[in-house]
Amino acid sequence: MRVSRMSTDVESAARLVSFGMRPKQLPSRDVVYADLVRRYAEDSSFKQLTNSVAAGLGLMVLDVSMQAGAVLAATDESVFEIKMDSYARQSKIRERRETEKVLHGLVHLAAAALGYPRPDDLANDTYIGRLSVEQVDGVVREACRILDERAAKAERNNDPLSDAPELEQAWRAYARRPAAAATKDGRLASDTTRGMVSRALRFLADQGFLVQASAEQGGTYRTTPRYQVQVRELAADSAFEELLELGVVAVGDAAGTLRPSISDTL
Amino acid sequence: MRSGGPGGFVDEGLARRLKALACTAPLHDLDARKAKLDWADATVYQMAEIALHTIDQVTIAMDFDTGAGHEDVVRRLQPFIATQAPGRAVQEHLRVARWVLDNLINVGTADRGFRRVYGSVDATGAYRRRAFDFKLLVEVAGADGEVYLRASDEAINVLVGALDTDVESAQIAAEVKLENLISRGRLADAKLAAEQARYRTVQYGETLRVKLDATRRDVRAVDWAEEMPELLDSALSHIEARFRAENAILRNITRARDEAEDVDHKRRAAELVDIVGDCISRHTQLQSRLQAAGAIFRAEQDRQQFSGPPQRATIDLFGQLLVPALDLPIADAVAPVEHFFRAAAGLDVPTVPSLSSLVSLLLRPAPERDKLVGEVPEPELVPSETTDYYSDEQWRRADELLDLPDVPRRLSGLLAEARESDPQLARLVALRALHSSSPAVGAAVRQGDGRALLAVDDGTPLHDEEFGGADLLLGTASIDRDEEGVA
Repeated sequence: MRVSRMSTDVESAARLVSFGMRPKQLPSRDVVYADLVRRYAEDSSFKQLTNSVAAGLGLMVLDVSMQAGAVLAATDESVFEIKMDSYARQSKIRERRETEKVLHGLVHLAAAALGYPRPDDLANDTYIGRLSVEQVDGVVREACRILDERAAKAERNNDPLSDAPELEQAWRAYARRPAAAATKDGRLASDTTRGMVSRALRFLADQGFLVQASAEQGGTYRTTPRYQVQVRELAADSAFEELLELGVVAVGDAAGTLRPSISDTL
Repeated sequence: MRSGGPGGFVDEGLARRLKALACTAPLHDLDARKAKLDWADATVYQMAEIALHTIDQVTIAMDFDTGAGHEDVVRRLQPFIATQAPGRAVQEHLRVARWVLDNLINVGTADRGFRRVYGSVDATGAYRRRAFDFKLLVEVAGADGEVYLRASDEAINVLVGALDTDVESAQIAAEVKLENLISRGRLADAKLAAEQARYRTVQYGETLRVKLDATRRDVRAVDWAEEMPELLDSALSHIEARFRAENAILRNITRARDEAEDVDHKRRAAELVDIVGDCISRHTQLQSRLQAAGAIFRAEQDRQQFSGPPQRATIDLFGQLLVPALDLPIADAVAPVEHFFRAAAGLDVPTVPSLSSLVSLLLRPAPERDKLVGEVPEPELVPSETTDYYSDEQWRRADELLDLPDVPRRLSGLLAEARESDPQLARLVALRALHSSSPAVGAAVRQGDGRALLAVDDGTPLHDEEFGGADLLLGTASIDRDEEGVA
């Protein structure tokens, strides 16, 4: 009796984890899923069991809620991990791989930054962000412009050194890449920044993090609660720690600094 | 003028002139390469002229929202090119136009731009080689999803020269000059001055467009307290002055056109009337944008001002992640953005095929092509894997081994030396030696390489445990580009 009770519990826990692997399935649309989510919130031993099942698979439970469902993240070296190398692989050979990886990574960062422009938005569970291909590209280019102006004000010549391309600042590489390029068949070229952004947003939509709202502005999307959890609980922190180690971040305030150049004039 | 360190001051002017010089290089390059085109004998065409005319056409077509379409530019170029070689077919003229246009965009490079290396002395007195990146024609996506061309600031500077000065004072000077020229009947010069005035108007418009775009994204991005009102004021007073000046000019030249008896004079005056007319319509357009600018700011401010109290401590994604990451050197930025990507990308759930789904998968009709090129496998991907067969480190060491500027060496010696450190390296060295027995000098010149590896077979057989064949003599030959360009 005890054994069979245990095994049904394990099965339920594993089912909850497997629901979490189908990012587009939501508790609000599935009674079984909703029951499991409720049980996870109420029953602490079930919660622990679920976490252990996930851990055994190489997963981490970030959050389980009615809005977002079970949000999972892959741990290092897990079979579920998405490698940047494979994501950025399609790029052309003549470009340096690192540059390509950084550009793709920046696009993903910018998508999150535009989805949640202020720290508040990231913290507020009911916030839904909207972003479009045009805006994401615009936000990064605007940041590049500000950094360019800042560089021009600095009193030394900081054009990149020609014999050390890896020391070139990331914004220069982004600003140099064209936003769009004409192709023979009129489609968007994949190595332009808009092509990259468009790919990133479609990828995030496939992962259940964004929902396409319309095709305006190169594709307009809204964020899902799942994406918020993912960015808030894991992604932002892990990138932040890296930057802290490099000693390049400043502590901000609640208003956020999206477009930071000028003192508040409002 | 910025004043740098002790060496910095001398540096600045030189660097600026070198950059200005660099902007003209792509145009000279066109004439240097025209002889090598295999689809036509293109030596009769003056490519630099065509290129300048192309930039002209694009600049004139630029307005607030869009630029010039590729095909429009090609079509407008055709008559100009036809005058250079009237005997040739229209198809060839169009092809020349496309070639020049593609080269001004620099199609074929990922960045679609140009890079020139220049040297400067830094604050410590050391000579550093720096890269100057610039573009001449930029492709931008219009609101309707089409791709348009715009001329870059660099291109406008190449085109009219010395535009890098104070816009206002240059504008006034040009006006005075224009009126003088007309009153003295020097219509050719007057046309030039009117065109310059028009380019400056386009520049004003471009600045305003960029600022308004930024405002639409976030009002705080643009300084609406001081910078923008100043810009709007100066642009408005510029328009006011231009309206006065141009209407006066228009009256003068219309009279000149009607009274002129010389046919050539008459035609020039008529052209000038057209240009000034276009200027006036452009000012009208700029003025209506200027009037709307304030309203855009207020509307955006209302839209963007919503803000609730902070709820819990989180990270400011833009200020604390994106901007610092953008500011990092590429080598340092890889780790943070990769961490972010891994954590934000979600799961990759491995797909397990089942027999029933496999059958339906195989029977499924071919999917419609995607809007992006990204999903379509590109043939270029194949060489990338073979390149990656050897690590960057191995390539670098092979480069070192094969750098033989003075005395040529035998392949056998090189192989032995390579094998000492890494058996794989010997393979790479052998392959590269083999490759260079038929050196791609043309490709090296096109790519801008300074030298090429040459291998010569003098009949000595190679005694080696792994490879057979001739014991090649290897040496590095430097390429004298000037001679190549003329040839």
